[in-house]
Amino acid sequence: MADKTDAPLLEMQNITKSFPGVRALDGVTFDLYAGEIHALVGENGAGKSTLMKVLGGVYPAGSYGGEIMLNDEVHRFNSVRDAENAGIAVIYQELSLVKEMTIGENIFLGREPRRFGVVLWDELYSRASRLLKELHLQLDPRTPVGHLGIGQQQLVEIAKALSQEARILVLDEPTAALTDTEVATLFGILNRLRERNVGMIYISHKLDEVFRISDRITVLRDGRTVGTESTKQLDEARVIARMVGREVGNIFPEAKHERGRVIFEARGIRVEDPNIKGKLLVNDVGFHVRRGEVLGIAGLMGAGRSDLLMAIFGAHAGRTTGEIYVEGERVRVGRPSDAIEHGVGFVTEDRKRFGLILDQTILNNMTLAGLPRLSGEFLTDVDAEAAAGARSMRELRVKAPSVFTVAGTLSGGNQQKVVLAKWLLTNPKILFLDEPTRGIDVGAKQEIYALINRLAREGLAIVLVSSELPEVLGLSDRVIVLHEGRVTGEFKRAEATPEAVMACATGHTKRDSG
Amino acid sequence: MSEQIPANEPAIDRPPVTADVMPPTVDAEGAPQTSIGRFKLPTETLRAYTMLFALVVIWLFLQWMTMTPDHPYGLFLDPVNFSKLLKQTAVTGILAVGMLMVIVAGQIDLSVGSVVGLAGGMAALAQGWGLVPSLLTAIVVGVVIGMIQGSLVAYMNIPSFIVTLGGMLAWRGAVLWKMQGRTVTIELPVYRSIGEGFVAPIAGVVLAALAIAALIFFTLRRNRARRRHGLTPSGLTATVARIVIPSIVIAVFIYMMNTQGGVPLPVFIFLTVALAGAFLTQSTTFGRYLYAVGGNPDAARLSGINLRRHILLTFCLMGAMAGIGALVYTARNGSAAGDAGTLLELDAIAACVIGGTSLMGGRGTIFGACLGALIMASLDNGMSLLSMSLLQTEHSTEMQMIVKGAVLVAAVGFDMLGRRRS
Repeated sequence: MADKTDAPLLEMQNITKSFPGVRALDGVTFDLYAGEIHALVGENGAGKSTLMKVLGGVYPAGSYGGEIMLNDEVHRFNSVRDAENAGIAVIYQELSLVKEMTIGENIFLGREPRRFGVVLWDELYSRASRLLKELHLQLDPRTPVGHLGIGQQQLVEIAKALSQEARILVLDEPTAALTDTEVATLFGILNRLRERNVGMIYISHKLDEVFRISDRITVLRDGRTVGTESTKQLDEARVIARMVGREVGNIFPEAKHERGRVIFEARGIRVEDPNIKGKLLVNDVGFHVRRGEVLGIAGLMGAGRSDLLMAIFGAHAGRTTGEIYVEGERVRVGRPSDAIEHGVGFVTEDRKRFGLILDQTILNNMTLAGLPRLSGEFLTDVDAEAAAGARSMRELRVKAPSVFTVAGTLSGGNQQKVVLAKWLLTNPKILFLDEPTRGIDVGAKQEIYALINRLAREGLAIVLVSSELPEVLGLSDRVIVLHEGRVTGEFKRAEATPEAVMACATGHTKRDSG
Repeated sequence: MSEQIPANEPAIDRPPVTADVMPPTVDAEGAPQTSIGRFKLPTETLRAYTMLFALVVIWLFLQWMTMTPDHPYGLFLDPVNFSKLLKQTAVTGILAVGMLMVIVAGQIDLSVGSVVGLAGGMAALAQGWGLVPSLLTAIVVGVVIGMIQGSLVAYMNIPSFIVTLGGMLAWRGAVLWKMQGRTVTIELPVYRSIGEGFVAPIAGVVLAALAIAALIFFTLRRNRARRRHGLTPSGLTATVARIVIPSIVIAVFIYMMNTQGGVPLPVFIFLTVALAGAFLTQSTTFGRYLYAVGGNPDAARLSGINLRRHILLTFCLMGAMAGIGALVYTARNGSAAGDAGTLLELDAIAACVIGGTSLMGGRGTIFGACLGALIMASLDNGMSLLSMSLLQTEHSTEMQMIVKGAVLVAAVGFDMLGRRRS
């Protein structure tokens, strides 16, 4: 832990930043000591990213109010380069590595050691391999970055930041795409950096991780600092209360679902990896769902959960075999339109890539999947659509000026509601939800939880995939666990403890299934 | 291969689109809106008005430049020249309608000029079979080529840039081979009239009256529908403006054309094609899906849209447009030759882009593309007028190419500047 009597490494005083019509930051104060991990939490739109863009020089000096001081000296960054030169490195959620280049090339991109303009490759790679060793990473610096998993790519980003002798490291949602092992590796590295007196700002929605790694926590809400306190003096409930501005009771409303007959069943689903012949991503998986039931699918990243849903929906590139029954009748699903026709809806994982057309209106997005039903087989009826869209917006409480607002301008939570509305407007009998609350704020999460419960009560069968174990356990009537493409366990709500489910997810097979 | 697919991401098998090469960046921070005084306009609408404004400026400038003692008010907008200008717009305009759909679907077609040449040449050679077979030949050649190229893109996942670049060479080769250096005259009178004929003035008046009646009917019906769905119908001023302004434009247009013997047939065909295209893109599910396919192919596919079929259909429509364009082109020239239609694809693409179409797909309107075609034709026409009356230079074609190129880049440049500011 840093000695608090020292002057802070970084002080941001009274930072104010306005966009047309919005005050994104309103007198925010933030400081960071050398050798500490200071977590920055808040709902989406609270101003975390804006604050980091001010720090990182994305918004040049003069475009915001307030002062940035490094070691008691006022700094004015006019560009990202200025900030980097002052020792500030920001690692964004979207990684900025060139996939075709090697690890070494990426680390020194634009700063290659050279003589007379000729790159000294040996020196580059030996320096890169030293850096990797310091981070205890067993990677060959000549490996193309595209061959690495997301987790390792993240670590390469950190190596790159360190090669620039960053004294301040900003990590924006670094664990969003990492497995638990990768998170452990990352935390090991962060701990070593803490010992080397690097100051780190850690932004995350995952409060358990924030509590595991951080020394202090600052909560932002609506562009203001709600408070900064030592992590030891806080607990999750209090942080959440500060984030949302109210005490949160039980996040998962207790739901009593009336379970009806089996409405959907999949048997013996196998999915081959389209890139590696003979490798099975999903190996002989079967499950059924009843009317009004929420079936949770737990498992770690790469266990084949998304592949399973994609394949059943007819959207997987790999060869898929297996049988699908809807209301007891065998159906063929060759492409997504078949699945939709049989009453299956699918809220996909990556909403920006698979869910939304970002530069089209909320309305066009909402009506895309159910267009023939809402509008007409051949002719569209914009007014009928607008009426249906406006109804959905009210029902799901999408916060936007109108149905003609462009979807890309909405916050994550509202975007997710638009995707949900799209599928509800197809009038589905079964709804697949793949990571329905990823990257959205606590308030919107709760709304989506309540919605899932309401839909189940109304008789919809729901299949829920989530990486957040509490979410799966809190919402599901029944849970199946996948590990490396196989089912390793099935639990009723009462017997599904986090420990038991995690054991199956890591490869232990559940013995009984009484 | 495998390294291109990020870890933990389910792979999807689909045809490539332009945006795969350069993914569009979406700025999530502010809505793409621009305010003028107290009016807030979506950037899209603003762009359409900007182009309309640019067209008016170009027209007024050319009018001013062509003032001579004989024509104290200028030559350019004189009904004689205006009628000629619209005839010059027709072919590019027809092709731009097809090209717009291709580009909106995230594709590109570089073979259009060669297809126009081949379809026109075949139609001219088929004149011996009679009128209807000859005309049909052009359309069939266009659609079949569209089908071949569309299938290769949609079902074999070959990028359309490559397929149609190959097509540009291959179809040009085919027409050169077929024509063997000959120029085939268009002899059939009805075929010829496609280029030279007119819609009888009285028929023009009737059509204009019908168009205005339809306009009133649909505007009022729209308001009724909005009320029925519980939405606010547009106010009285807006309703009246929506009827009166287009009505005036239609009336003035018909009056001007009728002083010159009526609406020229190529212009009539162009307007029909443009209306059909606007209807198809704005009022049908096919049109909506087209924008979805170009805007985000993965999301479109997962929403149950058959990407392959839509891409194939789009290329077939483009082929049909190339066939119609070929008929108008050969009829206007009075003959078909091996090099007919060279570089027309670039005119069509330029028209779309000047009209605000995004080459990344998912964005653009038929109206904009037609406006773009009109702007390009105005520059061509205006400059040849100037070279005849004032400049007396022998290099007018060369100048036209330079100016058109500069306008294309400038149009997109202004667009980018506008976006950066917001």
